[in-house]
Amino acid sequence: MRPSRAIDLSTGLFVLLGFAAILFLVTQITNREFSLRSETYRLQAQFDNVGGLKAGAPVSMAGVTIGRVESIGYDMNLFKAVVTLRIDANYDQIPNDSDASILTAGLLGGQYIGISPGGSDESFRDGDRVEFVQDAIVLENLISKYLFSQAGSRDSNAEAPATTE
Amino acid sequence: MTGLPGELIASLGGFLERLGAMTRFAGQVLWQSPAALLRPRLVVEQVYNSGALSLVIIMTCGLFVGMVLGLQGHDLLQRFGSEEALGTGAALSLLKELGPVVTALLFAGRAGTALASELGLMRATDQLSAMEVMAVDPMRRVVVPRFLGGVISMPLLTAVFIAVALFGVQLVGVQLLGVDQGQFWSQMRGAVELGDVAEGLIKGLVFGVACSLIAVFEGYNAQPTAEGVGRATTRTVVISAVVTLVLDYILTVLML
Repeated sequence: MRPSRAIDLSTGLFVLLGFAAILFLVTQITNREFSLRSETYRLQAQFDNVGGLKAGAPVSMAGVTIGRVESIGYDMNLFKAVVTLRIDANYDQIPNDSDASILTAGLLGGQYIGISPGGSDESFRDGDRVEFVQDAIVLENLISKYLFSQAGSRDSNAEAPATTE
Repeated sequence: MTGLPGELIASLGGFLERLGAMTRFAGQVLWQSPAALLRPRLVVEQVYNSGALSLVIIMTCGLFVGMVLGLQGHDLLQRFGSEEALGTGAALSLLKELGPVVTALLFAGRAGTALASELGLMRATDQLSAMEVMAVDPMRRVVVPRFLGGVISMPLLTAVFIAVALFGVQLVGVQLLGVDQGQFWSQMRGAVELGDVAEGLIKGLVFGVACSLIAVFEGYNAQPTAEGVGRATTRTVVISAVVTLVLDYILTVLML
């Protein structure tokens, strides 16, 4: 029975190593976080435009990740995107007039939701809606706005001397 | 003049015949697989043969594939000034393509040939016929456990390969070429989804089924001569490699 035990041992070692590798791949190189104690509460926010925000994107306050975007839906009555946020229950003292804005990490990085605290004495509770929101910045809109304002100011500059003369 | 078309038709007929035989064989193997799991002893032995014994070559090759990926990726990415994306690029290419495919090719070379030549030699030395005479079904006793051992081993080997290769990428990228460690890992974590890991493992499993099946089929149906065993071994590697790459394209289309 001796060689058979050696075979069992190395087979066990191999299987263990394989599962350890799978565990490593799942936990260490994905953005999935497996916490044993996952107490969370939900918040909702309505945006006119979520840009490239995706489910699973981080929700952060002052750069600290306090939750994740759970889902993004579209409300046919409001014509707005409804974003559901899952916030870690450890962070349950967020003033309920805080605002949520969709921000971009770095120049080409992924988008996330930044929450900046308001001044209210009451905190968000499960199921609350974030009233103050700021949409994702769409680069094309920004550029076109800039171009149109340039064109507009040139027109007004051209007209301005004419009226003063 | 009629020689060439006639030969073509004959070889096409031979191909179809072989394909049909393999399909029938696959059906038999899959049909008997659940029953074989009731005798785990035999399967564990084969997991050892095709999995545990392949571990060293898988880890060595994984390390070097990862290190080369680190060098090449860094060289390419620094032209765009985005060395930090090395982790993301390496992780995704390893998980989705390189990991499963290279593991399958190595598996076909290391474990597939061993299976084919072992079964072929059993055939050539009439061991399989002897089993039949003793009313032992060689399918159930010999073929199916070897098939299952390969199927169980491949996803695990794929995972080990990818993990070791990532270590290799990290070794070259971060330790040698000075990519920022925090950026390397955090960008990777930001970009890699759980689905990407699943894609790699599913590919590994499918390649495992294909390569093991080809190996046991070729071995079981080898010509009972020294030359036949050699030919079966060669065919195993060639067919496994081609089937792996074709399946890889199909799976990528399905899962992209």
